[in-house]
Amino acid sequence: MAKELWKGNEAIAEAAIRAGCRFFFGYPITPQNEIPEYMSLRLPQVGGCFLQAESEVAAINMVYGAAGAGARVMTSSSSPGISLKQEGISYIAGAELPCVIVNIVRGGPGLGGIQPAQSDYFQATKGGGHGDYHLVVLAPDSIQEAVNLVQEAFDIADQYRNPVMILGDGMIGQMMEPVEFGEIKKRELPEKTWATTGLRGRKEHNVINSLFIDPAVCEKHNQKIFTKYAEIEKNEVKVEEYNLEGAEIVFAAYGTVARIVKNAIKALEKDGIKAGLIRPITLWPFPKANFFKAADMPGVKAFLTVEMSMGQMVEDVELSVKGKKPVYFYGRTGGMVPTPREIVEEAKKILGGAR
Amino acid sequence: MAVVFEKTKGLTDKPTHYCPGCTHGIIHRLVAESLEELGLLDKAVGVAPVGCAVFAYDYFACDMQEAAHGRAPAVATGIKRVHPDAAVFTYQGDGDLASIGTAEIVHAAMRGEKITTIFVNNAIYGMTGGQMAPTTLVGQKATTAPLGRNADHAGMPIRISEMLATIPKAVFIERVSVHDVPNIIKAKKAIKKAFEVQMQGLGFSMVEVLSTCPTNWGKTPIEALKWLKENMIPYYPVQNFRTPEEVK
Repeated sequence: MAKELWKGNEAIAEAAIRAGCRFFFGYPITPQNEIPEYMSLRLPQVGGCFLQAESEVAAINMVYGAAGAGARVMTSSSSPGISLKQEGISYIAGAELPCVIVNIVRGGPGLGGIQPAQSDYFQATKGGGHGDYHLVVLAPDSIQEAVNLVQEAFDIADQYRNPVMILGDGMIGQMMEPVEFGEIKKRELPEKTWATTGLRGRKEHNVINSLFIDPAVCEKHNQKIFTKYAEIEKNEVKVEEYNLEGAEIVFAAYGTVARIVKNAIKALEKDGIKAGLIRPITLWPFPKANFFKAADMPGVKAFLTVEMSMGQMVEDVELSVKGKKPVYFYGRTGGMVPTPREIVEEAKKILGGAR
Repeated sequence: MAVVFEKTKGLTDKPTHYCPGCTHGIIHRLVAESLEELGLLDKAVGVAPVGCAVFAYDYFACDMQEAAHGRAPAVATGIKRVHPDAAVFTYQGDGDLASIGTAEIVHAAMRGEKITTIFVNNAIYGMTGGQMAPTTLVGQKATTAPLGRNADHAGMPIRISEMLATIPKAVFIERVSVHDVPNIIKAKKAIKKAFEVQMQGLGFSMVEVLSTCPTNWGKTPIEALKWLKENMIPYYPVQNFRTPEEVK
């Protein structure tokens, strides 16, 4: 198939439909509105159902119902709306339901702004709602990668019965890039024998539930979920290593910021400084081993995490490097985007000190 | 020997956790019998609330989902949109439906979701221990209204059936009570009709069932039935608000 020019939000919606998503429940919020808009037109054409809910709270609970009924289902929102969905996301994780949630992140806290940001990293990767749980979090750096990851996200969700989040930012949502909708690699997925479809001849009734009133049973349920998370950590880590060989400084960045960092790396190279990048594509599970290994590379003097936040992923980088090398942070936030020049200056400052 | 009575197949054999004298058991039975008599048990999916009926998923023998507090109509919407031929119902108390879940119930009704809501109104938060509900009567004591509900401070109790009956696609709305046998028989008729309305695809249907809470009202079961009749029914009249022509 030839490449076509697509806007990020619309490409994400189309990729979901191609991945077999037939149900979408959402609520308007900038900068993700093109996702529900696209779904409202396209889903009925493929025999699916788009519904604009009365709130983000209702939308995520419609997702809960549809996922529990056995459907491939998605919702999307942006930061303040994702906060509202956290109750439902916790229930979805607790009831072990598969679904895909897209967060096109904007500046915060509160109403914040509508420009791109990465300040929802903690919320996305550390649970977000109440209780012990994780989402699988996928962070594309281009619209092509967003398309590929959306298709993968539904399979991961179904394989592990766990919600998956696509964490984009306003840039991923709003910019246009050439995209190819390739063949989807299909996973062998278990049948949804647990879904509440109505008995239809089945003997035992199915129950979708996250309530375990006996603490011993509730603990067991948590342990079961975490056995699943251990499997996910073993099987699903995705990461890009760029220019690491001979690097004096290793950047950590994800999503669109990683592309800006690549430009900074090229600029540094012109000035005779070798720099590399570790780009987590799955933010959870986090590619800890890649950072741990890079910390042992003899030429590496320091790590520099660059984010559109006040410093969130940097904590996971520190945990992964385990004090073997210094970890620095540079961030812009509130919708401000770091420039390659700022990043180059920061790297030089650090290396000046480290030399 | 002739069998004169059998327990409905719509209920499991699990003993319920309800307090002695609570009328939830009667209402469960009416819903389950209605589903069985209409031949819907095989394609029914129920949604349990948060509140006293939180474990309803263990008691109804059909497929069930447990929703977050107040969100049952949204969860039911998701289920019904995936399985339009299923008989989807929510079973919600007055804290769940009339307080935290007002947005979800109003908009499910507004969209005319083809679901049936069983709204159990006992004018108090039962599960959490007797706090004031939006349906608590003026002067009625509750653990968060120790001197009785004061209308100046907490407003007047909310009449959900009257409110929802103003919504065009809420096509079947009836308030019933289960404080005596004639009313229980009427309640069953209303519940059956509500499911018929759903299966004919006519729109949203709801039956509000006035119910007792002897434990948190501080009354014996018999006193509680009498209190319901004498105090709740004057404020919450037992009547049909809307019935579509098709099922009249």
